[in-house]
Amino acid sequence: MTDLVIATHETKPKRLPGDLAIWFFIMAELVAFAVFFSAYAFTRAKHVELFNLYQQTLDRNLGALNTVLLITGSWFIVLAVQAAHRDDQKAISRNILLGFLCGGGFLVVKVIEYAEKFGAGISMSTNTFYMFYISLTFFHFMHVILGMVILAVLWFQSRKGVYGSHDANGLESGAAYWHMVDLLWIVLFPLVYVMR
Amino acid sequence: MVNLLKNPAHRAWVVLIIATGITWYLGEVGAAGTMAIVAMLVIAFIKGRLVILDFMELREAPLMWRVLLEGWLILVSSLILLAYWISLK
Repeated sequence: MTDLVIATHETKPKRLPGDLAIWFFIMAELVAFAVFFSAYAFTRAKHVELFNLYQQTLDRNLGALNTVLLITGSWFIVLAVQAAHRDDQKAISRNILLGFLCGGGFLVVKVIEYAEKFGAGISMSTNTFYMFYISLTFFHFMHVILGMVILAVLWFQSRKGVYGSHDANGLESGAAYWHMVDLLWIVLFPLVYVMR
Repeated sequence: MVNLLKNPAHRAWVVLIIATGITWYLGEVGAAGTMAIVAMLVIAFIKGRLVILDFMELREAPLMWRVLLEGWLILVSSLILLAYWISLK
């Protein structure tokens, strides 16, 4: 056993988790968001006062809470992947479910935030800042939903015992996408809610 | 506590939560201007890198994918910094 551990440490081969295709898809998504983030930042440069004024109407507490939810959701999915590698079937399903619930929490918080804004009569056409705030966060919101659909599929599959040390590829692919949703919010939150 | 720090995922989670707290706090005290922007971008960069290396598990991945993902993070941070620098002029 000790020999085996030493051997794996010494010859750790370079490995891309999940399917190659998911990584191309993730890169495409990241490039699209890079364009949106840049568009926000450079448009802001032309309307600094407007952006600084209306940024103050955003609920930073809810934004930060949502960051915590996505980070924690991502962490549970890492734990699910780790559980798969040691064939702990129960822990795979449990962690996927907990990750899914974190995503659900994110959606609830976001809906509360939107309800408050839309209730105050704010829309895409209110001004340039709100146009960016609504479109950027809503585009991301849709990605959280897609991520949760993927997690739901992973959960059902994990209940059938599909993932384990023999094969965790599907789980790792879904996990990578879920982490991308987290990565995007990590940039989006300071950019839209805090930086001024 | 030792167990907590042994798993890179646990370590990353702790750092990510603390970093989120710092960004939130900077917002609460109304931090603005060059230093605040640089600080928040550095924090976002550190957080993003942790997600890429420890959550996406690209630390041991082929170099090309590490370069692509980390390169994306560097590119996005630089563009945002450039735009904010222009706005401060």
